[in-house]
Amino acid sequence: MQSLRKYLDSLRPHFQEGGKLHNFESVFDGFETFLFTPSSTSQSGVNIHDALDSKRIMIIVVVSLLPCLLFGMYNTGYQNAVAAGASTIPFWPTFFYGFFAVLPRIIVAYVVGLGIEFTVAQMRHEEIQEGFLVTGILIPLICPIETPLWMLAVATAFSVIFVKEVFGGTGYNVFNVALVTRAFLFFAYPAQMSGDKVFVASGKIFGLGYDLPDTFTGATPLGQIATFAGDRLEVLNLQDKVISTWDAFLGLIPGSMGETSTLCVLIGAVILLATGIASWRIMLSVIVGGLAMGWIANIFQTPTYPGSFLSPLDQLLYGGFAFAAVFMATDPVTAARTGTGKYIYGLLVGVVAVLIRVYNNGYPEGAMLAVLLANALAPLIDYCVVQANVSRRMARMKKRVNS
Amino acid sequence: MRKTYKLRKGLNLSLEGAVDPGTPAVSPDHISAVAMVPDDYPGFLPKLDVKEGDIVAQGAPLMHHKADEEVKLVAPAGGVVRAVVRGPRRKIERVVVEPVSEAPSAVRFEAGTPTDPAEIAGRIKASGLWAQMRRRPYDVIPFPGDRPRDIFITAMDTAPLAQNLDTLVADRKEDLDAGVKALGKLTDGKIYISVATGSTLPDIEEAEMAEFTPLHPAGNAGVQAANIAPVNKGEIIWTLDIVTLARIGALYTKGIVDTECTVAVTGPEASSPKRVRVPEGTAVKDILAGMSVTSDHHVRIISGNVLTGIPVPEDGFLRFPYRQITLIAEGDDRHEFMGWASMSPDKMSVSRAFLSKIGGRKFSPDARLNGGRRAMIMSGVYDDLVPMDIMPEYLIKAILARDIDRMEALGIYEVAPEDFALAEYADPSKLELQKIVREALDYLRGEIEA
Repeated sequence: MQSLRKYLDSLRPHFQEGGKLHNFESVFDGFETFLFTPSSTSQSGVNIHDALDSKRIMIIVVVSLLPCLLFGMYNTGYQNAVAAGASTIPFWPTFFYGFFAVLPRIIVAYVVGLGIEFTVAQMRHEEIQEGFLVTGILIPLICPIETPLWMLAVATAFSVIFVKEVFGGTGYNVFNVALVTRAFLFFAYPAQMSGDKVFVASGKIFGLGYDLPDTFTGATPLGQIATFAGDRLEVLNLQDKVISTWDAFLGLIPGSMGETSTLCVLIGAVILLATGIASWRIMLSVIVGGLAMGWIANIFQTPTYPGSFLSPLDQLLYGGFAFAAVFMATDPVTAARTGTGKYIYGLLVGVVAVLIRVYNNGYPEGAMLAVLLANALAPLIDYCVVQANVSRRMARMKKRVNS
Repeated sequence: MRKTYKLRKGLNLSLEGAVDPGTPAVSPDHISAVAMVPDDYPGFLPKLDVKEGDIVAQGAPLMHHKADEEVKLVAPAGGVVRAVVRGPRRKIERVVVEPVSEAPSAVRFEAGTPTDPAEIAGRIKASGLWAQMRRRPYDVIPFPGDRPRDIFITAMDTAPLAQNLDTLVADRKEDLDAGVKALGKLTDGKIYISVATGSTLPDIEEAEMAEFTPLHPAGNAGVQAANIAPVNKGEIIWTLDIVTLARIGALYTKGIVDTECTVAVTGPEASSPKRVRVPEGTAVKDILAGMSVTSDHHVRIISGNVLTGIPVPEDGFLRFPYRQITLIAEGDDRHEFMGWASMSPDKMSVSRAFLSKIGGRKFSPDARLNGGRRAMIMSGVYDDLVPMDIMPEYLIKAILARDIDRMEALGIYEVAPEDFALAEYADPSKLELQKIVREALDYLRGEIEA
C-alpha cells in the first residue's frame, strides 16, 4: 500500500492548479479518496468524527442489492430457457447467459451516469458525490431486460441531469433518480416498454441461451392480471403453468430483473435494517399500507378490476412492490425526513401503489408511480410535521405571556 | 423532593483514557504563565486595562468590556504582564501573565452579602465572574441590563471523559448557598440546579433542585433549561455551572476572587490520566508536566473535551470554560487504504454500519473527518442526539438560508452551539454544525439587538 500511496502523491501535482491535468482534478480526487481515507482533520467544532460517511452508506446499499442482482442474472437466463421450452436448465450456463445479458446495462448506466457526475463535479470544483454508485445499479435492476441500450443511456442521462444535477446534486434532488429513469422510459417509449416481449431476454449471447421465435409472448403476472377477463384468476408462467404464491416469493417468474424475488429483497432489507442505513419506519409503513389497501380491494373484488382478485399477500409478492418498499421508498433524500412524516409517507406509498395497480388497468404496476408521487408530497408532509413543532412553541409562548 | 428528568436522546461516547475520580488533584511545582483569551467569552469586546510590563495582583482586571466598563476579565494569577498578543486588525488575542513572587497580594472584597441588586451585579462584574455566565438567546455573556426569567445551573458534566462537577464543590456548601442568595437578587424567577441521578450534592437553600440521567448532552445547562422551562421569544435566561456558582459565593463568604480550578488530563494519548489544581488559563505545558506527549505520531492537545474543546498548540493555554485537557491522535499522518470498506472493530460509530457496535468497547479515535463534506443525505441523525423539543435538521436549514422568521419559529433562542456537538460528531455528511449555529446566533444578535 505504501507504494500505491507514494504513486498517488507523485501524481497529484499534475492535477493541482497549474498542472496539465488540472481539468481532471475532481476525478483524481474521487479515485484518491476511494482508495485512501482522506487524512484531513477537523479544523473547527468537534475534534472527532463518526466513522460513518457517505461512501460507507452507499456501499452498504450496493451490498444489500447484490442478492437481487445475482438472482436477477440467473432468472434472466432461466426465463429465456423456460420460454424456449428447454427440458433441462443447467445452473452455470443459465447464470452466465443472464450475466452477459445484464452486464452491458450496468456498464451503460455507470458510464453515462458517472460521466455526467464527474463532469459536473469538475465544473463546480467539488468532490465527486457517491450517490450514483447506488443509482447506477438500481437502474438495470428495475428496467425490463430487453430495453435497448441507447434508450437506457438517454433515460439515464435525462434523469441524472434534470432530476439531480440541476437541483444541486446528491442530497438536493426531489425525485428518486433511478425511478425517474424508469418512468422516463415508460412514458417516452410506451410501445417498446410495455407488452409481452420486453421482460424476457429473447436472443442467444455468446452461444449461450436460446433464440425465441417472434410469436413468443411472455407477459408478467401483473400484465396478465391487468388484461384478465373472467372470474377465476390464475397467473401463468411462460410454460402456461400456474404460478403459486411460493413461486412468486422465490422469484422465478418474468419481470424486471431485480424485483421478481421477494426472498432476495428480504435479504437486502435485513442488511439495510441491521446496519441502520434504511428507515424501518418507512419500510414498515409501506408494507402496512400495501396490505391494508390490498385487503380492502380484495374484500370488494370485482371482475371489472381483476387486480382485486389478488390476496393482500400476493400484492406484496408480485411486481416491484417489495423492491420499492425496501430500496426505493427508503431513499433518505427523496423520502420524508421527519420521524412522524416517515410513517405517513410510507403509508401513502403502500396504499397508492396497490390503488394504481388494482383500479387503473392502464398501469399494471403502481409501485413506481406511487413512490414518485410520495416523493413529490414528502416536503409537504414534513412541512406539516415541522409546523406542529412550531405551533407548540407558539402556544407555549402565548401561555407564558398570558400568565 | 427532586424532580427527575429521564432524557432518552443522547449518547455517552466511550473513550480510552478516563481519569479515576478518586485521583487527588496535585498542584504543579511551577506555573510558567497564565493567559486570558477574550475570545473564550462570546460577546465580550475587550479593552485593555494593563500594558506589557505592568505588575498585577491575582483577581485584578486585565481587560474590560467595551459595552459595559464594569464587566472585567481578571488576572488568574498575580504577576507581570508579559505579553499582549494581537492578531489581525490589532484584535486582542490574549494577555499573558507570568507569575512572580513580588506580585501584590490578591484582590479582596468585604465579606458578607449585600442586598442591593446593583451592588451584587457590580461585584460579580468586577470579579470577572459575570463573563463566566452565559445568557440565552445568543449564548453570550449577560447584557448589562438583563433581568433573567430564570437561572439554570448545571452540576454535571456529561461530556466525554469529563470529571464530575459535583465532587469539585463537595466541600463548598457555604459558598453555594451564598452564591444562590446573591444570584437570587438578580432574577424574579427561580434558580434551578441540576445534578446527575445519584449525586450526593446536598440540596441548596432557595434553589430548585432537579435530577437528570447522565446521558450526554444532559449536562449542558441549555438542555436542562429546555426540559425544565424552555426559553420563549422575548425571554432571557442565564446559564452557568456549579463551580462558577461556588466562585460567586466565595466573593461574599470569604471576599476572594477564586480563580483556581481542577483540571483533568485525559484521553487515549494521555500516558497517565491525572488531575491537577492550577489557576484558570495556565500554560498547557505546565499542566502536562511529567507526561510525555511526543510520540511516533502527531498528537492533538485539546483544551476541553473532544466534542466542544479547542485544539491548542504545545505552548498554548487552558481555555475557558474547560477544566479538562484531552489528548488524542491527530491522524493526519495516517493513510488508511479503503477505510470506507473497513471491517475493523476499532472504527468508532453511532451507527450499526461498523462491527465496533458489538460489545462495550472503549475507543481511541483520532481527529480525522473520516469522509468528505456532503449535503445532508441521511435523515433523522441529529434528532436522536439533541434532547430538546426542536427539529435540529430544519433549524440548521433555516440558519443556512439566513431566514430569521423561520429560525425564531424553530427555536433558535433555545439553543447554543454546544447542544449540537454530538450531532456534529455523528453527522455522516460532516457538516460544521457548531460553527453554523454560532454564526447564526451572532448574525441574529447583530440584526436584532443593534
